[in-house]
Parts: sequence; C-alpha cells; structure tokens
Amino acid sequence: MPAYPMPALPSDDKRWKIVNGTMRRHGYTRSALIETLHTVQSSFGFLDDDAIRFVSKSLHVPLSQAYGVVTFYNHFSLKPAGKHTCTICTGTACYIKGADKLLATATKMLKIKSGETTPDGNISLMTARCVGACGRAPVILEDGELVGLVETATMVDQLERWALHD
Amino acid sequence: MTSEELLQIAESVNAEHEKFDYEVNVCMGTGCMSQHSAKLREALTKEAAASGKRCHVRQTGCMGLCAAGPLVLVEPTETLYGSVHESDAPELILSLGEPPVERLRAHLEDYFHGQQHIVLENSGHIDPEKIDEYIGRDGYAALVKALTEMTPQAVIEQISKSGLRGRGGGGYPTGLKWGTVAKAFGAQKYVICNGDEGDPGAFMDRSVLESDPQRVIEGMAIAAYAVGASKGYVYVRAEYPLAVNRLTVSLREARRRGMLGNNICGTQFAFDIEIRLGAGAFVCGEETALIASIEGLRGQPRPRPPYPAVSGLWGAPTLINNVETFANIAPILRKGAEWYAGIGTEKSKGTKVFALTGKITNTGLVEIPMGMTLREMIFGIGGGVPDGRKFKAVQTGGPSGGCIPEEHLDLAVSYEALISVGSMMGSGGMIVMDDTSCMVNVARFFMEFCMTESCGKCIPCRVGTAQMFDLLTKICDGKASYADLDLLIDLCDVVKNTSLCGLGMTAPNPVLSTLRYFKHEYIEHIENKRCPAGVCACGSGVATEVEVTA
Repeated sequence: MPAYPMPALPSDDKRWKIVNGTMRRHGYTRSALIETLHTVQSSFGFLDDDAIRFVSKSLHVPLSQAYGVVTFYNHFSLKPAGKHTCTICTGTACYIKGADKLLATATKMLKIKSGETTPDGNISLMTARCVGACGRAPVILEDGELVGLVETATMVDQLERWALHD
Repeated sequence: MTSEELLQIAESVNAEHEKFDYEVNVCMGTGCMSQHSAKLREALTKEAAASGKRCHVRQTGCMGLCAAGPLVLVEPTETLYGSVHESDAPELILSLGEPPVERLRAHLEDYFHGQQHIVLENSGHIDPEKIDEYIGRDGYAALVKALTEMTPQAVIEQISKSGLRGRGGGGYPTGLKWGTVAKAFGAQKYVICNGDEGDPGAFMDRSVLESDPQRVIEGMAIAAYAVGASKGYVYVRAEYPLAVNRLTVSLREARRRGMLGNNICGTQFAFDIEIRLGAGAFVCGEETALIASIEGLRGQPRPRPPYPAVSGLWGAPTLINNVETFANIAPILRKGAEWYAGIGTEKSKGTKVFALTGKITNTGLVEIPMGMTLREMIFGIGGGVPDGRKFKAVQTGGPSGGCIPEEHLDLAVSYEALISVGSMMGSGGMIVMDDTSCMVNVARFFMEFCMTESCGKCIPCRVGTAQMFDLLTKICDGKASYADLDLLIDLCDVVKNTSLCGLGMTAPNPVLSTLRYFKHEYIEHIENKRCPAGVCACGSGVATEVEVTA
C-alpha cells in the first residue's frame, strides 16, 4: 500500500473493486495509469469525472496528467456509448474499397457525426483507424462483432434493425 | 528444461498426433472468425466424433488467404478448402479417406507458389494456444540451445551474421542493436516487443501474434539472454482483442513449461513478460513514444539521442524490436546464420511478411524471400487486379510510405530498392490500387491520417500536416491554384526536415511520391478542375464535356 491516504471508492458499485484490483496488481505505481484506465473503460464503458479523479488520487498522478492521458488516446471515451455501436474501419484497405461511402451513408442516415450517439442513446457511430482485418475490407464492427466485405445495403439494414428494436 | 526433456515433449505430442489418421485444421484468425469459423469448428468437431473416424479437429492461426475464408486444411493430404460453411461439415468429414469435396476446394497453387514461410512456418499448422504443439515443431529448441550452449556474445554474433534487419520498417541491423544494448551500462535492462501495428492496411503482427505467439515469446527470451535483460513487455494494440487473448494464454503456458520465470532451463537466467495494451495512438509505434506509453504517460516521442538502447524505459537500456523481428530469431539460431543469410538480396536478408490488400484478387498474408519483384507478388501470388480493372499503383509503408506506379513493378523488393523509388518497406502493408483510385485523394487520405494522429508536440508536424491537408482538400475540391501546389511542395520540405519524430518526418512521403509519379493528376485537378478517377468532390463529369467540345 502506498504511504499517502487512499481515496474512498466513488460508490459501492462492485466494479470499483475491479479497478482497485488492477492498481493493486501494479503496486499503485504511477505507470499503472493507462492499465487502470483500460480497466475502467472496459468495466464502465467510459470514463467519467469521478473515475478520473479516483484513479488520479489513488495513483498519485496529477489530475491534469490523468486527464491529458485520457484525452490523448482514442481508445478512451468520456461519454457513454449508445446501446448499439457501429464502428466503421477507415484504414487504407477499407478506404480503397469504399469505406468513405459507408461512413457518408451512416452519417446521413443516423444524422450524427462519427464519435456521436443518436439523441435517443440507441446507436453510436464510430470510426476505427484499422482493425487489421484488411483481407476482408471494407470492414465494420457491429457491437464489436467484425463483419467483412460490407455492402452499403447490408449496413443500412443492420442500422434499421437496431433503430426499430430499441 | 533440458533439450532431452524438450524432445520428450515433442515426441509425446507427435505420438498423440499419430493416433489420428486425419487432422482437420480450421483457421481461427480474425479474418476467418468474422466468417463464423468458430461455429464451423464446433460443427466439424461434432461430426468428427459422430463419424467414428480417427480424426482430430484443431483450431489454428491464419492460413494466409483471408479472401477465401473460412479456410480448412486437411492433413496429411494437404487438401485446402475455402469458404466452408458449417452446413458443409458432414460432407467434409465424410470425405476423409475418400476423394476430396471438389466444390469446396480452394485452388491456390499460384498463391502459395513462390512463398517461403519462415515467420509463418507454424501458422495454420498448430493450435496457437498450446505450447506443446509449438514444441512439437522444434519450438524452444533455439532458446534451450542459446542458454545451454552459447554465450550471449555468440548469440548476438549469430544474429549479426544472419543479416537480419528490423522488420518494423526502419531496417536497422538487429545484431547491431542487440550489441549496443548488451554493451550499455545498467543493472536493469528491458526488452520490448513493438506490436503497436498502427499502419492502416497492415496486419502481419496481428497474424503472427494470433497464429504463433510462442515464437515471439521465444524470440524475446533469446534477446533478453543476449542483452542481459530480465523483464520484457509486449505492447499490443487494444484493437486486436484476439491477439491479446492468445498472447495472455501463451504467456501462462510458457510459464507453466518453465520457459519464462526464474532459472529457465536450469540456468541462472530469469526473464518474464508482461502485456501492455495500446490505447489507440498511431504515434506509439515510434519507440520513444511507446516507452512513454508503457510508463503510463501520453505517447509523445522525445528527441534521440539518447537512443532507447542506452536510455529507454525508466532510463534503463532497452531493446525494442518489432513482432516480426522477434519471430525470426528462433529459426536463425536453430538453422544457423548462414542459412538465413543465404535467403534474400545482398543487403536485405531473409523473408518479409506482407499484407496484400486493396484491389487485388487474393487478399491476405504472404511471406516472400527478399528480392522478389513487385510484379511477381501482385500478379503472381496476388492474382492481379480483379473485375478487369487496370493496375494503377501499389502503396507500401503506410502513411510514411509512397505509391509505386506500374513502371517500377519489376523492382526487386528490398529496403534500399523501395526507398530508391520514393517509398519504404514499412511494416509490410501493401495496398494495390486500380484506376478507380485518385492519387491526389489517396495523398489527402494519408495526410488526414497524419494530421489526426500527430501528437502535437512539435510544430512542423502539428501545424504542417493540417496546412498540407487543407491544401490537398483544396486541390481535391478543384479550388486550388498553382501557387497552392508550390506551397504544398515547400511545406513537404519543411515538415520532412524539421519534425521531431518519424511520423512528421515521413508524413509528406505520400504527397511527394504521388507528385513524382502522378503529377498529371494534380495538374488535372488544378487546371481543369476535374478528377480523372471521379473520386474527388470536383467530379469528372463537367470536364469530360469540356474535353469533348475541345
């Protein structure tokens, strides 16, 4: 345990114990910051103010530095994602095979930009730098599930299905 | 673990395999998994059990040809099936011992002809989560040999003699790097495996980590022994969940078999590896940025020297190599430096794994000896451009590389040759473009990438990429003048020469290489406000009429 006083868990949500576990495993060293943020992101789905404050206090990392790290990396999100997520890969292979058209269609259909969630909190539209499945380009992730050789029509179908079953 | 014990494990694994008449290998790489190869495997396992045939269904890593997935390889007949659906399982199992199912067969003689598998020698043949299968194919023999028969200096000498160069793109001689870290002063040293494959359009490292993770672990352990390190990190992208899972399982397995931990092979040598997840920043592929990220900081590079070999992770001497570089180590020690140096060209030895993607018939992973021509790769192995389209350019090196036009297709692939035509080896992404791609738009695409991925530390990169992106957008929209083009060329020069790290220094490359070979397209956008390929916002229609009337 570190010499400085530890902050109390933000709530009695059990997931904080998982977060604490990650920090303990790394001996509460400052270098555990990114690993801990990964745990928060995967357990809560996003990083809110409370989470960043809690982690920064626990690891004795200045809040500004913790916030800097959170906003530097694309993987960390400050807002909760929608019920469904459609992630369009914008890697080079996907771009050559027309991912920009997929993105344009999805943007128009959902009336949101990439990185945003529909007002009803149902669908989030994301872009990925490259998911490394270039052999199947263009690729999208439907709720994290990889779908290859996507055609505009099949993506639109999926988005419509999500929109209906909310 | 001694070499005798290793042999024992290998023998018992192989005896286990001999109980079966047939082995049905199902590809469980990311590409095939996206086509439900997990369900297919279940169906095959069920059918195999019901059939009463002595056959073993196994999950394997990537077999290469993602375009024809899910792939199934039946051994010992070496029959390869492509696009297999789970409903095909009964027929497939029934055919064992009979003539193969013709309608499912993948005829890929062209694809495999000319390839030479060293890094990928186990991919598609072993279960990546089982260390014993790796040992059954000579795995860990090199580590045991190094620890029990060789001095660290001898290991480094072998690697130097092999002529292996960094596979991450820079091409720095691996032996030289190892020697520097070995000589560096410091009680604690680190070995880092760079698996932050941020290059869009490249997936070699993902495939190696998914298909044969033990090979990378063995390479790292040998490196640690050679340079005197006791702690290693594998930095993998969080976007590769399957690779992370397989690696986690493999590290556990390696510890169980005593290949990691204290007193490895009964010697004083101790080494262990931890995984660090990337968090989505392309710049973290740069070694100093990667080190900052492992330290829990923002992934921003710092000026070199001091190089990580002298002062790296937490100020300690650190060896950083790419996944593919580590994957080459064990075969070199096992088969000898001379064997490895016999493959490839004069200055670029060995093989290189490429990810062939884009407008090409056989998309997938290929491993070729250095010195093969681009034409052989694209039109031989790759099967050429589909849909009767015309080849236009091939892009290598990702956002740091360039586009190579048809006139240079007979170029023999090597680090030097690719640089001489204005591109670079990079990590091995190879994206083929046909005449439906606009080269100005491609340059704009890469510039957008560099602009958004710039870490913001140095001004030339942060501001320069944004300015260049705006200029390229202007050209694409048909609103640019020749003055804009001159400014763009000027900016390329400034950003290239004044940026802090590789990201900025190479960001202008896509622009420079397209300007070198496809300047007429830029001029067409500026002069006639039209995009010959019809991709850009300025369109191709209006100007076509002008042409007709003219």
